[in-house]
Amino acid sequence: MITMQHVCKTYKVSKRDAGFSSALKALFHKEYEYIHALDDVSFTINDGEMVGYIGPNGAGKSSTIKILSGILTPEEGTCLVNGLIPWKNRIEYVKNIGVVFGQRTQLWWDVPILDSFELLKEIYRIDDVRYRRNLYQLSDMLQLSDLLKTPARQLSLGQRMRCEIAASLLHDPKLLFLDEPTIGLDAVSKLAVRDFILQLNREKKTTVLLTTHDMQDIEALTNRIILIGKGAILLDGKLEDIKNGSDSSEEALADFYRSHDL
Amino acid sequence: MKKYIAFFRLRFSMGLQYRAAAFAGIITQFAWAFMELMMFRAFYRADAASFPMTFQATSAYVWMQQAFLTLFMAWMMENEIFDLIVNGNISYELCRPVNIYNMWFSRSLANRLSKAVLRCLPILLAAAFLPAPYGLMLPASPLAFLLFLFTLFAGVGVTVAFCMLVYMLSFFTISPAGIRIVAVSMVEFLSGATIPLPFFPEKVRAVLELLPFASMQNVPLRIYSGDLSGAAAERALLLQLFWLFALIGIGRLLDAFAMRKVTIQGG
Repeated sequence: MITMQHVCKTYKVSKRDAGFSSALKALFHKEYEYIHALDDVSFTINDGEMVGYIGPNGAGKSSTIKILSGILTPEEGTCLVNGLIPWKNRIEYVKNIGVVFGQRTQLWWDVPILDSFELLKEIYRIDDVRYRRNLYQLSDMLQLSDLLKTPARQLSLGQRMRCEIAASLLHDPKLLFLDEPTIGLDAVSKLAVRDFILQLNREKKTTVLLTTHDMQDIEALTNRIILIGKGAILLDGKLEDIKNGSDSSEEALADFYRSHDL
Repeated sequence: MKKYIAFFRLRFSMGLQYRAAAFAGIITQFAWAFMELMMFRAFYRADAASFPMTFQATSAYVWMQQAFLTLFMAWMMENEIFDLIVNGNISYELCRPVNIYNMWFSRSLANRLSKAVLRCLPILLAAAFLPAPYGLMLPASPLAFLLFLFTLFAGVGVTVAFCMLVYMLSFFTISPAGIRIVAVSMVEFLSGATIPLPFFPEKVRAVLELLPFASMQNVPLRIYSGDLSGAAAERALLLQLFWLFALIGIGRLLDAFAMRKVTIQGG
């Protein structure tokens, strides 16, 4: 179970006008602005739930994922995930979570995928039996068998993303955070990834929190959405709540953003 | 511990696959060693008595230095680690149940060792067949050889621990380039990579030998060439161990501090 209560996170951002003279001025006097990435965010997610976390660019989605992954420490508020505070005792906490950052890579560039997987096996202390079972299942569900002996650098984006997802699940995490897992994927890879996530949630009861800009991801995967804008939660409910009978959830979402001046 | 050995193994086997780089490295190091020896020969011809090491000892120093170049060269830092910090892929490293310092330490060590394994044998073999005083002679005694091996490893440890400080400091700057250039040039000059430390003026040398830089390649190379032995060698070894633990201690403090302050930018 995930509970976040009144979480706030502020970033200090350096600002200056364009041009040489203002660059010179900034040498002596830097100006900073404080951006409230998260402003009093609270929500609860139960075990086995699959939740879509959506919002426009810069709304605070990634910050939330980073806090939940134990990477960022918020200034205020409390957060409990399965009884643990993510940023306290990071090493203990991250054993039970899996994270996929769609725009980053965790695979070692120059060695076969299997080498990266075996490193993860040691890192998470997965025993041989469990490792082989999970590897078999994952490569079956994500169709990896042809890819595992190839170095990561020689895979296409879609192939690599499937390997990234498998890499994050080798240790049977109870919780899976997906930060834009379908970004840049073609239709076939997208469908494969979606099917896989559905199956995972159904069979292993893995709790999934997913951020995406792809409304079809949301429609295919989640019953519940949490909508965040300018660091605050604007809606916690179903996709139908913003659709108002309109056909396209894309347009409904855009209307919603506009009406809230996002 | 096992997971850090796994990091070591993966980085080591990854390093072994860069064959062309190793081949090019060997050629470069031969050329470099010959040039250096020619230069020293000219100096020694002018007045051999005014040099602190015999020409044979200097030759051995140069050959050993070239054979184990990748163990000690400060510029051989891992670009991948800097990339992780600059582009934010560090987020993945942070959501693993591992200690960042230990993980990077073991992979840096593996990187250096794997490169050295590929390069050292051809150079050592060729140098052993060169005529005296240009080639590589056997060490003075079996004990000296053991001491050489031990201080070699301690020296790599000090080098890696020093590089770790640079990695950790780049958490706090926008670009790691500045710290890196300063650190690399300092090590090059003060560790005996450019010219062996005995060639420095007496007073400068007395100070330099106390610094961590002298605990890198200076000690093992001079023990092998016979310039450092007996009580002086033991003192140098103790100083090496002191710096090894001190640098690791400082690095771990920086690590703990960085982990509290780190922010990953960009979604």
